[in-house]
Amino acid sequence: MVVPLTHVIGLSAILFAIGTIGALTRRNLVVILMSIELMLNAVNLSFVAFARAWGGVEGHVFVLMVITVAAAEVAVGLGIVISLFRNRDSVDVEDVSLLRW
Amino acid sequence: MVTELEWLRWIPLLPGAVAATHGVLLGLLRRPLSRGATIFLSCGAVLGSFLLSLAALWQLISLPEGKRFLGDTVAPWIGAGRFSADIAFSLDPISAVMILLVSGVGLLIHVYSIGYMDHDLRDDKGFPRFFCYLNLFTFSMLVLVLADNLPLMFLGWEGVGLCSYLLIGFWYSDRWNAYCGAKAFVVNRIGDFGFLVGIFLLFTAIAGVLPPERANEAVVFRQIEAVFPLIAEKTIQLPHWLGWLPGAPEWKLATLIGLCFFVGAAGKSAQIPLYVWLPDAMAGPTPVSALIHAATMVTAGVYMVCRMSFLFAEAPGASSVIAWTGGATALFAATLALVQTDIKKVLAYSTVSQLGYMFLAAGCGGYSAAMFHLLTHGFFKALLFLGAGAVILALHHEQDIEKMGGLNRFIPWWRPTHLCFLVGVLAIAGAPGLSGFFSKDEVLLAAYTAEHVPGHRWLWGMGLATAGLTAFYMFRLHFRVFFGAPRMKDAAKHAIHEAPSTVTTPLVILAVLSALAGLAGLPQLYGDWLQIANSNSLANFQAQALASAHVHEVPHVVEIQLALAAVSVATLGGLTAWLLYLRRPELPEKLAAALAVPYRLLRDNYRVDEFYDRVLVSPLVWISERVLWKGVDDRLIDGVAVLGTARSVQRLASHGLKYAQSGLTQSYLVLMLLGATAVVAYLLG
Repeated sequence: MVVPLTHVIGLSAILFAIGTIGALTRRNLVVILMSIELMLNAVNLSFVAFARAWGGVEGHVFVLMVITVAAAEVAVGLGIVISLFRNRDSVDVEDVSLLRW
Repeated sequence: MVTELEWLRWIPLLPGAVAATHGVLLGLLRRPLSRGATIFLSCGAVLGSFLLSLAALWQLISLPEGKRFLGDTVAPWIGAGRFSADIAFSLDPISAVMILLVSGVGLLIHVYSIGYMDHDLRDDKGFPRFFCYLNLFTFSMLVLVLADNLPLMFLGWEGVGLCSYLLIGFWYSDRWNAYCGAKAFVVNRIGDFGFLVGIFLLFTAIAGVLPPERANEAVVFRQIEAVFPLIAEKTIQLPHWLGWLPGAPEWKLATLIGLCFFVGAAGKSAQIPLYVWLPDAMAGPTPVSALIHAATMVTAGVYMVCRMSFLFAEAPGASSVIAWTGGATALFAATLALVQTDIKKVLAYSTVSQLGYMFLAAGCGGYSAAMFHLLTHGFFKALLFLGAGAVILALHHEQDIEKMGGLNRFIPWWRPTHLCFLVGVLAIAGAPGLSGFFSKDEVLLAAYTAEHVPGHRWLWGMGLATAGLTAFYMFRLHFRVFFGAPRMKDAAKHAIHEAPSTVTTPLVILAVLSALAGLAGLPQLYGDWLQIANSNSLANFQAQALASAHVHEVPHVVEIQLALAAVSVATLGGLTAWLLYLRRPELPEKLAAALAVPYRLLRDNYRVDEFYDRVLVSPLVWISERVLWKGVDDRLIDGVAVLGTARSVQRLASHGLKYAQSGLTQSYLVLMLLGATAVVAYLLG
């Protein structure tokens, strides 16, 4: 069974929207990181879908890149979150608005 | 037509190279040459130039008459569109006379400076620096004289102006000297502006009539002269607001160009109204006054007018302006010289006056008379300045003639300092037989016969009056310095000594030249008596290079009458000086008291400096300071443009933009998202 391209792109869009809303509305830093991960994977999905539909390999290559960068980003991001939690006993973004006017 | 002479370039380049050597050692390496090496190099280079000049003159004379023209193209220099100029030198009869004057008198003054500067050094580095400037001056002056085209002449013109500035302010630690140097430079710039405009006008006019492939020759003197007849009759329309000028609304282009050139000449040669820098230029060391501000640089304007004589001969309007300016300057400066008490100031005003003579002759069409007087004046005025320098040295830097007097007792008349000074005085006063007599007569004759100049008899009268005044003030100077009761302090009396031989030797040579140089241009009148055909060898020699228009032959009887008139007026002047300063020494004070108002006016130099200050300098300084500096620069550029931008950015940021920096991560995220959406929306159209 071949899934039509539009379905996959639709799924990708839904996932991206969920990720965006999560990143914008949640206060917990860990959840925000997860939401960003969701957005990245939504994009990965559309890359793969287009690559498959048009028979290129650039999409696959990009996905591998994104996965690598996402892994690095999570490592750094979670490291910051842990360090933040140790210092302030909180992972709430509203508690870390020090760099402001 | 042009004979190549490939070593012609070394005449200016020898002193130029030495000046450059001094410059590198002094300025870059800070290791000035020793005294001996300085003398060897600097004087050697000028000696070399002089010998080469003699050899070049020999080459020139060996060519047939009318074809005496030597050229040397060194390198291409400027090329821009149709305009191009080469570094090229050329020698013709008038430049040959000039290079001999410049390198010859220059050599004597270099030698003189050795002795003079030894007694007048104010810091240890002065000696090589002084000779560096002198060499640079000699180089520039020779470039000016030998230049084959107008731009190169302008280069030399600016070069001598620069050296004049450097040497007037040689003892720059004294603020007054630095001020005088700057004044000379600024006043000269006004003249240079006119000169430049003249060059541009002439270039456009000449380039317009030359075929395009030869347009690059439009600045070469020889070429200009050859094609000048094509534009001689060209006219220009004056704008309406200049309708009051004589000859308006249509002027000959040649007249306009000639006037522009004359503005340049008036600046360099200290003519009314730009003469004010020359008296102040006396702040420089005395050898400088002799070389630059008497014998050579200040005559550059006269030389330029003679070099362009083919143009001025076609521009009667410009020529009349030159003649009247020259005549007025001659008389005006002579009256000022009457009351000066600084020995060098007397000579400075005398120089202005004699330069006026030269312009009077040139304006009346007597170009060879102008060149003749230029030559003899170069000798006798250099002699007078060097003699004054020797007097100043003898009295340990006393320049005020009120504190001299009776020098005859310490330096009797047969000593070189005294005798040479006397020869100079007699020569400039026009004593028969000496050089000044012949050249002054030629000048007066040119004015007397110049029927194409309006009011030429008046000009002659002014020249004659000037001759009388000249004799008066020169004898006054001589009597005040050498005769009467000594007016210096007793301590100074015992220290009076004559200058060393490096100082007196040039004096003697110049005295001989001042006495005999007149024979080079002996008028035919005396030649007939002595049964010499073509006795006026100088004029005959230069005839090829000078326009000969408007030379009227007068009967010998008239010539004799004119000469007699000049001599009797000069004798009258001399006798008056004798009466006032030797016979009845109490008279001058009474006279000054009786004529208090004119006397004060003369002592204040007609308040011309004050007038310029009030009318030109002060408003200019006011505009520069209040409008340009405090207004445009401080308020507009600094205030509005620079600080205004910074202040408005600061205000904008601190009152609005800073709230974007909320510190809330998610607000940044929202903004980022909005931005990305906007970009995508734009790209999708």
